[in-house]
Amino acid sequence: MLDNGLKVLVHIDQSTPMAVVNVLYDVGARDEDAQQTGFAHLFEHLMFGGSVNIPDYDDPLQVAGGENNAYTTNDLTNYYCQLPSENLETAFWLESDRMLSLAFSKKSLDVQRKVVCEEFKEHYINKPYGDVWHIMRELAFKEHPYRWMTIGKELSHVENAQLEDVKRFFFKHYRPSNAILVVAGNVSVEQVQALAEKWFGDIPSGEKYNRDLPVEPQQNEERRMTVHRKVPADAIYKTWHMCSRLDDDYYATDLLTDILGGGASSRLYQSLVKEQQLFTGINCYHFGSLDAGLLAIDGQLVKGVDIKKAEDAIEAELDKIRQELVDVRELQKVQNKTESVMAFEDMSVMNRAGSLAFYELLGDGELMNTEFKKYQEVTVHDLKRIANQVMQPSNSNTLWYLAEN
Amino acid sequence: MPDRSKAPHIKDAVEYAITLKKPEIFTLDNGVQVYNVNAGTEEVVQIEWVFKAGNWFEKSNNIASATNFLLKNGTSKKSAYEINEYVDFYGAYLNRSCYNETAVVTLHCLSRQLENLLPLVQELFVDAIFPEEELHIFRQNMKQKLEVNLKKCDFVAGRKIDEFLFGAKHPYGVYSEMTDYDALDIAALRQYYATYYQQGHCTIFSAGILPANYATLMNEFFGNLPFNQLPIESPEHLVAPAEQKKWNIINDAEGVQGAVRIARPFPTRHHPDFPKVQVLNTLFGGFFGSRLMNNIREDKGYTYGIYSFLVNHIHGGAWMISTEAGREVCEATVNEVYNEMRALREGDIDPEELLLVKNYLIGTLLGDLDGPFHIIARWKNLVLNGLDDSFFYHSVDTIKNISADELKLMANKYLQPEDFYELVVV
Repeated sequence: MLDNGLKVLVHIDQSTPMAVVNVLYDVGARDEDAQQTGFAHLFEHLMFGGSVNIPDYDDPLQVAGGENNAYTTNDLTNYYCQLPSENLETAFWLESDRMLSLAFSKKSLDVQRKVVCEEFKEHYINKPYGDVWHIMRELAFKEHPYRWMTIGKELSHVENAQLEDVKRFFFKHYRPSNAILVVAGNVSVEQVQALAEKWFGDIPSGEKYNRDLPVEPQQNEERRMTVHRKVPADAIYKTWHMCSRLDDDYYATDLLTDILGGGASSRLYQSLVKEQQLFTGINCYHFGSLDAGLLAIDGQLVKGVDIKKAEDAIEAELDKIRQELVDVRELQKVQNKTESVMAFEDMSVMNRAGSLAFYELLGDGELMNTEFKKYQEVTVHDLKRIANQVMQPSNSNTLWYLAEN
Repeated sequence: MPDRSKAPHIKDAVEYAITLKKPEIFTLDNGVQVYNVNAGTEEVVQIEWVFKAGNWFEKSNNIASATNFLLKNGTSKKSAYEINEYVDFYGAYLNRSCYNETAVVTLHCLSRQLENLLPLVQELFVDAIFPEEELHIFRQNMKQKLEVNLKKCDFVAGRKIDEFLFGAKHPYGVYSEMTDYDALDIAALRQYYATYYQQGHCTIFSAGILPANYATLMNEFFGNLPFNQLPIESPEHLVAPAEQKKWNIINDAEGVQGAVRIARPFPTRHHPDFPKVQVLNTLFGGFFGSRLMNNIREDKGYTYGIYSFLVNHIHGGAWMISTEAGREVCEATVNEVYNEMRALREGDIDPEELLLVKNYLIGTLLGDLDGPFHIIARWKNLVLNGLDDSFFYHSVDTIKNISADELKLMANKYLQPEDFYELVVV
């Protein structure tokens, strides 16, 4: 860790000629003001609009043979670039300057507001079923800022963003004490240490942001909603509140979603798509969020199927998993699958750097290597317990998304 | 305190020597070639069985893709569920995908599970039975999926522009209608399977950490199958491009965005201009720092993203510009695309910009060759297009050495607005 609070991690892999620089900022859509949603994500765009000493981020990186990207979630914002390792210092120069301060150009803000609005339209307005998660988040969360999406609650929040708001957001969240730097690839610890001191060492640490978010009160009664839209087929969305990514029960919950809806041999797919032919597709998953979040099932109905009947069929499968123990082989199947997913995720240096930063945010970079053990420890009794705890009607939110005639 | 106003010294990426690691190749008893890149840091493998079974060979629409999709939906010994459960139990992924010339079955698994999975893959190539009920479910679900997709302007635009370029009867231009799914007949699927899989032409590409007895294993399971025995078919398909060049389609009267596609025919990788145009395309619209992106997204904010790319089929291709833009700025977007074409035809490319593009291309190439899966993907591309690594090295040389004048020449040859189809779907 540097004196200003920036955490620095190094992951060495000499089999590649490349280096990866990954900067994770501990800020996501959950840290936004309810009247100014979409800021964390708008910021991700502004981070490419020039910093205090460097007019353009992309050009110098590309000249150095590098490429980059970034993403924003409800929990965090992650920036990563990859370039030939000889040019590693270019990445330090660029990343440190934008941590020092952005240029805050009016033009960049004006343009990126428009770009984000087009992104909003492309993904959430101009697509069938595009507004589902706007509706569902508001139904499921009454207090916690997970009630809006990263793109923002409404277009106007981004459209009305002013330079002053943007600056305040930056100096509150984009500080060394709120960031994790991972450098991976063909690099050495000494080299990274020296470069980190040189380029990041003199950035003022800023005030440590203390996250103090409203806790979502326990849901005690079933919530239901029906909307009509111009879509070809009815769909059903159900969510339940579940534990956070950091909870010990996370692993059993994760495996439970795999058993229900993880692929072609999962229970919901086999029963509802293949055998009963009520749905054309059905999924079960969760958001893996850092605060307590949602477990979800979504399915699109075969035309002509009564939605009540379709929902009852889902409930029948849930009854089964609440009442009967899962077969040991079935548990082993999803554990094996998890082992394999983790191995494939680790194939590229870029992914490994990103994972390392994420696990460090969770509080322990070592977890990346030990987490599979926690999946192996899950028992069939855990699955039954979680199913009963989480997938109760009183904890559920159901959205009927019906085709207009 | 570092001097932040000055960029650190860099090594120009163009100074890097790039090598494409050669695969090991062995041949099974039946003549099937197996290309292997045995490398990596994780104990995982990827194997692709590539059959000459794409829609180039089908007699009626969707037979190739339906056969490919239903390949793993039942053998005489295992139901679709049993096959899926088996694959999942060993933590594996068994995918299939259908393209124009080829159809592929891909296995991803942990290296230590390979021996459990190869017998199953073999079973699919010998004994798939295509149950009627599975076709029924497929038909129903695909029709509904199509109905949803047809609401999306980008999906509709993608279909139409291919049709304009190649013609609705050509394998590259054809697309699915509801009635095509109704017309699918199980006997035709079984026949297609018998000809193009059971007795088909197959090439295998594998990568990752392969077991020591890999060649023996592969020969045991796939060396005695009747692959590569029938003569290779080479059906002719006539390209029938549309007469009309400009199209406006209203797909959703209330749509807030339009899908813009601007495209012209372009030759295959075998054409001498191909590597040069790859560089020009990058500069024009091929990456985040391209002219199109800088102008239309970063300066004007008309779109979330705009790209141009070369469409590479084995028998012919296209050069395409693609974006989704605000409905009210679609026309302005199209005009800007033509303005950028003109700038490339008439203006001079700044040496700094050219060096940036070259360094970017070489840098991403270096990054792209990271790991066995990426390396085998390059080789697969070369082999299936009848090329070898001399094409790769020639492309690298072209990137390093091409001049601004040569690029301008290419722009004048290919970026002529009258050669392009222009389509906006709202």
